[in-house]
Amino acid sequence: MSPRKALELTDAVKEYAGTPPVRALDGVSLTIEQGELAAIVGPSGSGKSTMLHVMGTLDRPTSGRVSIDGQEVSSLGDRKLSAVRSQLIGFVFQQFFLIDGMTALDNVANGLLYAGVPKRTRRYSAAEALVSVGLGHRLTHQPNQLSGGERQRVAIARAIVHKPAIVLADEPTGNLDSTSSEAILELIHQLHRAGSTIVVITHDVDVANALPRQIAVRDGRIEHDVRRSDQPISRTATVGHDSVVTT
Amino acid sequence: MTTPTPAVSGRRLTPSRLRISDVFSVGSSGLRTRVTRTALSALGITIGIAAMVGVLGISESSRADLQAQIAALGTNLLTVTPSGGFGGGDGALPADAVATVSRVGPVERVADVVQLESAVLRNDLVNENETGGVTAMAADLDLLATLNGEVAVGSWLNEATAQTPTVVLGAVTAERLGIVEVSQGAMILIGGEWFTVIGVLEAFPLAADLDRGALIGKPIAEELFESDLSSSALYLRTNPDQIDAVRAVLGTTVDPQSPDEVSISRPSELLEAQDATESAFTNLFLGLGAVSLLVGGVGIANVMVIAVIERRNEIGLRRAMGATRAHIRHQFLTEALLLSALGGLAGVALGVAVTAGYAGTQGWDVVVPPLAMVGGLVSALVIGAIAGLYPAMRAARMAPTEALRAA
Ligand SMILES: Nc1ncnc2c1ncn2[C@@H]1O[C@H](COP(=O)(O)OP(=O)(O)OP(=O)(O)O)[C@@H](O)[C@H]1O
Ligand SMILES: [Mg+2]
Repeated sequence: MSPRKALELTDAVKEYAGTPPVRALDGVSLTIEQGELAAIVGPSGSGKSTMLHVMGTLDRPTSGRVSIDGQEVSSLGDRKLSAVRSQLIGFVFQQFFLIDGMTALDNVANGLLYAGVPKRTRRYSAAEALVSVGLGHRLTHQPNQLSGGERQRVAIARAIVHKPAIVLADEPTGNLDSTSSEAILELIHQLHRAGSTIVVITHDVDVANALPRQIAVRDGRIEHDVRRSDQPISRTATVGHDSVVTT
Repeated sequence: MTTPTPAVSGRRLTPSRLRISDVFSVGSSGLRTRVTRTALSALGITIGIAAMVGVLGISESSRADLQAQIAALGTNLLTVTPSGGFGGGDGALPADAVATVSRVGPVERVADVVQLESAVLRNDLVNENETGGVTAMAADLDLLATLNGEVAVGSWLNEATAQTPTVVLGAVTAERLGIVEVSQGAMILIGGEWFTVIGVLEAFPLAADLDRGALIGKPIAEELFESDLSSSALYLRTNPDQIDAVRAVLGTTVDPQSPDEVSISRPSELLEAQDATESAFTNLFLGLGAVSLLVGGVGIANVMVIAVIERRNEIGLRRAMGATRAHIRHQFLTEALLLSALGGLAGVALGVAVTAGYAGTQGWDVVVPPLAMVGGLVSALVIGAIAGLYPAMRAARMAPTEALRAA
């Protein structure tokens, strides 16, 4: 049995209205297999965040298709899309976005809130997730009592607490010093080894090079898509413009 | 729309849902972390509700007290006076008025007083003109019982003292003459004769004219001053069910020749009318409370609009975690409702406290109409819902990507 596709973009286009309109995604096709750890790398303004938003159903593509965990989502309404996000996707943001005045445990437990999980179960899973990111000793701390690296760990715990099909991280080390960045990258590797599917968006080539797969983006197109391993990249759609596959 | 092939299709999705028990804690989380702001923004509602509950409570307590007073005094008292009014010129009732009235079936008791021309003086050094407003009266022994009156100090007249120069003072008279004690054998001058003060009465709420009286017995009055005592006022108690019937025939009974010259009143009606005048103030304060409530509502709307702008990132995050637009709308609506409910509860408590405080100083029982409390809370909630609606819609309409953009 072929591995299930965690995420698939097919000829995804995203155009922002304006004069002239901005084509932030220009026909991107891309598959993320289950259990993969991939970097999307590119300079500022290349369309990385736009791609993450489209992949994460936070925004709709102007045209093209998006499917997550085998489910086509581009035509779903707000309620169904929210359901997809509540159960299939975990987000990590550069600014952490922890809710102030709420303990680390409750921030992480919020990751299960909109899936309708009862409070006790939420807290139990949250404690587990915090332990798995190495913050078992910080359960009752508030965000303002945590270091930047610790905050990002809490945010990562929140992104994995509901065991999503895919974790999307937008510049997860963007606000951190180099030591904390390395620790966060190590955590990402560790989660990957444990089976998580993770896409990391970064403008930092060094960060990208540390990951098994690099998808380089420029001007809304995939410039190249490289895997460090020797296996060929399995692509279901090859419509992408300028997509170069090198080894 | 492409259908996913079953072989690769992932988990079954359940709709996003927020448990009812969580709606409350999500809606209150913004308030719990901003306690000062919460308190201040609920204040307008608190003041408005407190004003309304307080005013309704005070007016209800005062009404309840008045009703109790009226009930204690009895509503079945009728007063008959000559049309000129009490002390109005030479108008007097026919000599046999007491006798004829007591023959009317439903009349349970009758008592009369006779105004005397004699001046009342504290002592012989005081000029006659200086004791204005105090009138000497000859009273029936039955008067006190008929009026449900009370003796403040000393005693009321009896068969014996009614024959001797003794006097019982009305509340105002005693005050004017400066007499608070009767055991010392205080004496006053009535029509040039010395009278011993044997008692002072409490005020008569239903017959204020008597408060300005110096009451002596009819026998001694006849002996010393006037031989022909015709009543100046008649006080009568009737069977409560037939008071209107009695009232209708009283004029012709007292004075068959000229019933128009007799005026009949029911003093408890005057007390009840007092109620109506107070309601004008009540309405004014209710209006002020309503304005304050409105201002409080605008304040909540304002705070909620600011909260939505400030917490844009939180909204984006919650959307990323799977909150639907409806969940976001409910969160902010709940927050506005909680804010106004808090304000409303505090307002009701404050209103009850104000009522209790004021009633305490007046010696009233505390009566707060339940309708005022429930109505106060309900109107707070309605205001909160209206105030929260626009900010909540705005929060819900925000696109996730827009909300997640760094502030
Ligand atoms: N809401 C928007 N409206 C109009 N244009 C937009 C909008 N969002 C992004 N763009 C444009 O789309 C292009 C891609 O933006 P995007 O944010 O995806 O870039 P990025 O690769 O994430 O850059 P960075 O590394 O700086 O975050 C840019 O030219 C940007 O100006
Ligand atoms: Mg970006």
